[in-house]
Amino acid sequence: MIRDITLGQFYPVDSVIHRMDPRTKLFGTMAFIISLFLADHIGAYVVATGFLALAVRLSKVPFSFIIRGLKAVMVILLISVSFNLFLTDGQVLFRLGFLKVTREGLRMSCFMGLRLIYLVIGSSIMTLTTTPNQLTDGMEKSLGFLKAVKVPVHEISMMMSIALRFIPILVEETDKIMKAQMARGADFDSGNLIQKAKSMVPLLVPLFISAFRRATDLAMAMEARCYRGGEGRTKMKPLRYDRRDRLAYGFCGIYLAVMAGLRVAL
Amino acid sequence: MSIRAENLTYVYGAGTALEQYALKDVSFEIPDGQFVGLIGHTGSGKSTLIQHLNGLIKPAGGTVYYDGTDIYSEGFSLKELRSKVGLVFQYPEHQLFEVDVFSDVCYGPRNLGLAKEEVDQRAREALKQVGLKEKYWDQSPFELSGGQKRRVAIAGVLAMDPKVLILDEPTAGLDPKGRDEILEEIRQLHKERGMSIVLVSHSMEDIARYADRLMVMSHGEKVFDGTPREVFEHYRELEAIGLAAPQVTYIVHELKERGVPLDEGITTVEEAKEAVLGLLGSPLGACL
Amino acid sequence: MGIIKASKLVFDYIRRDENENIEEVDRAIDNLDVDIEKGSFVAVLGHNGSGKSTFAKHINGILTPTEGTVWVSGMDTADEESVWEIRKRAGMVFQNPDNQIIGNVVEEDVGFGPENIGLPTDEIWRRVDESLEAVGMTAYRYKSPNKLSGGQKQRVAIAGVMAMRPECIVLDEPTAMLDPNGRREVIRTVRELNQKEGITVLLITHYMEEVISADRVIVMDDGKLVMDGTPREIFSDVERLKSYRLDVPQVTELAWELRKAGLDIPAGILRQEELMEHLLPMFQERFPGTIRMGDLS
Repeated sequence: MIRDITLGQFYPVDSVIHRMDPRTKLFGTMAFIISLFLADHIGAYVVATGFLALAVRLSKVPFSFIIRGLKAVMVILLISVSFNLFLTDGQVLFRLGFLKVTREGLRMSCFMGLRLIYLVIGSSIMTLTTTPNQLTDGMEKSLGFLKAVKVPVHEISMMMSIALRFIPILVEETDKIMKAQMARGADFDSGNLIQKAKSMVPLLVPLFISAFRRATDLAMAMEARCYRGGEGRTKMKPLRYDRRDRLAYGFCGIYLAVMAGLRVAL
Repeated sequence: MSIRAENLTYVYGAGTALEQYALKDVSFEIPDGQFVGLIGHTGSGKSTLIQHLNGLIKPAGGTVYYDGTDIYSEGFSLKELRSKVGLVFQYPEHQLFEVDVFSDVCYGPRNLGLAKEEVDQRAREALKQVGLKEKYWDQSPFELSGGQKRRVAIAGVLAMDPKVLILDEPTAGLDPKGRDEILEEIRQLHKERGMSIVLVSHSMEDIARYADRLMVMSHGEKVFDGTPREVFEHYRELEAIGLAAPQVTYIVHELKERGVPLDEGITTVEEAKEAVLGLLGSPLGACL
Repeated sequence: MGIIKASKLVFDYIRRDENENIEEVDRAIDNLDVDIEKGSFVAVLGHNGSGKSTFAKHINGILTPTEGTVWVSGMDTADEESVWEIRKRAGMVFQNPDNQIIGNVVEEDVGFGPENIGLPTDEIWRRVDESLEAVGMTAYRYKSPNKLSGGQKQRVAIAGVMAMRPECIVLDEPTAMLDPNGRREVIRTVRELNQKEGITVLLITHYMEEVISADRVIVMDDGKLVMDGTPREIFSDVERLKSYRLDVPQVTELAWELRKAGLDIPAGILRQEELMEHLLPMFQERFPGTIRMGDLS
């Protein structure tokens, strides 16, 4: 289940989108997310679909791989779709027992479903085409102005980057500890909520201890390699805008303008 | 009680492009009281295999019989099976969690729903079995040395009172003395309590010294199965799959090829010494 | 003075209670004197808790002496001014391959050190390329470290150290968590760096097979240096090694056992060929005509 999450995973192929500056991709993703919340008409969704399809196509990541990320949000998706479907007042289309489906509800739930799906696909494209390091670099640079108000931007982005590296390791470790405790007769599935919470102790304690041990080791390894914070550090892959980035900014800007225009016009 | 694996097959990432066989049609039977060594390089499927033996993972094909019963059949209690087939994972000290050593060892038997006296009794026995001195019992397991922590973890499984004990590289990361102590304790469990042992190891030398039988895994398949001396005869094939026989096997084979009439099945230093001295005669005479 | 020198080194692990009062003092290193020559391959042996890892951590200033002094390239490691220079010159590789790789992509991890010391971008790339090549990991440069085997991860860690252009690499049990293939892979890489690039290597281990080709072996026990010599000298005294909770390769052990039984075999046999050289003439005397000497076809 946890392994299915494609958000935060990098898909190594060479494409225009892969080569773009992470700041461009951050901007593009933001623009796309905003546009989704502007869209309230079928026409707007057609444009958004076109934009997304183009991005998927250019990223060269197989579509089947991208939509795997949806599995993880399936529950949220179903809940929000059914809430909108059954709980919106308006012109009743038909009834299912005490539930009623309205024209407005149908419309809302379709849009809500699409919005969520597009949101996940859109942000997946960013994470699939950007290495976590580039991503954090991009954030560090775009948010650099916050340093002026004493926000530790470098430290935060370093922490994010390290977290991303260790998530798969800790997932594997969780699986291993779980199995080891099951081999000692542990039962993680049955019992009421309190019993279940209690049964997590033999899983969580070793996991925390291991995470702390890894953190200590890592801190030592980083220090041994002369790490002393962001001061005086240079970049192996400094961020540099290219022609394709300028084009992408332009394109995303036009797209956003079109979506805003549609919102006003329709 | 015997464990029988029949055509075990396990697939990672089934249905995707990354589909990979972790186990391919593996069959064997481990009779009561046998000491089996299991060898294979990383990714050979040996860890996946042992997790099937106490039902922690479900095979894609084939099944496992414990004492004649299919462990994946309906109504079979996997919890009970896990008390009979004890599994000690690699670096087992990473699963310790209790405030003191004794409580940690109690965790297994308590999960079995035993009475408190019985639980305590078993924990005491298990801790004695692994040779951990009583003064450590009420200490935090996290303050012990690496070797001691590992013993506590092994005791945690022993307290389940298993009939079969499976250990995944129980000596990884220990120094030579720590390694010998743990292996000696395992040998005692085998001898004194008549437990069947499955020992996963990278060390051919250790397997040669302790196991009655050796199974070799490669790419998810069982490629050799026999007594250590039978398997080490195939040292050239073992090398081809990235493993090697004990160093002493190479010495014996070279001597043999050069015409020295030695028994090819020699697998330990002790045996080699006896054989060489037997042929050359010990200059120090009969005292040896 | 060699590249690394420790003089009267003492290190105590001090445990304090909540009120900062000293609760327990554990002497990990006890009056250690070592001098390591530039360009040599030195193995440090000792059981767990013998103080060998603690010593390793002194070499690049992760720990500083309780008493005594450690110099690296003539710089005192206790001197805070020179600690970053020392860390550049003496790189360190640790035991757990997962807990020392920072980057999410192999090449980015190798570049981590050079980034920290503020090198210009093209110099970083030059060094990353070189270092990956030196450890034979160029083909994996775009991979995620999580997809590599243990041996490959350790080679990436070594490349990360090489990218700092060190004079010396200290490896603290780099093979303890690896399988035999991974172990061989790492040792081969380290040996090559020593021979081709002239890097001084300090290899801390308890696997005896790994020290046979070292120039010098140091044995530590209870925080003290107890044996120091060539591998042959060290392995001549099997009984003493065993008393320090260490063991020896099977060839050495067999040769030693036979010697003990009265056969005319010198002490400190390290390789199969050497054992053969001494055993075969004995067999030939006993079974004339049936023993084949020289090369086997």
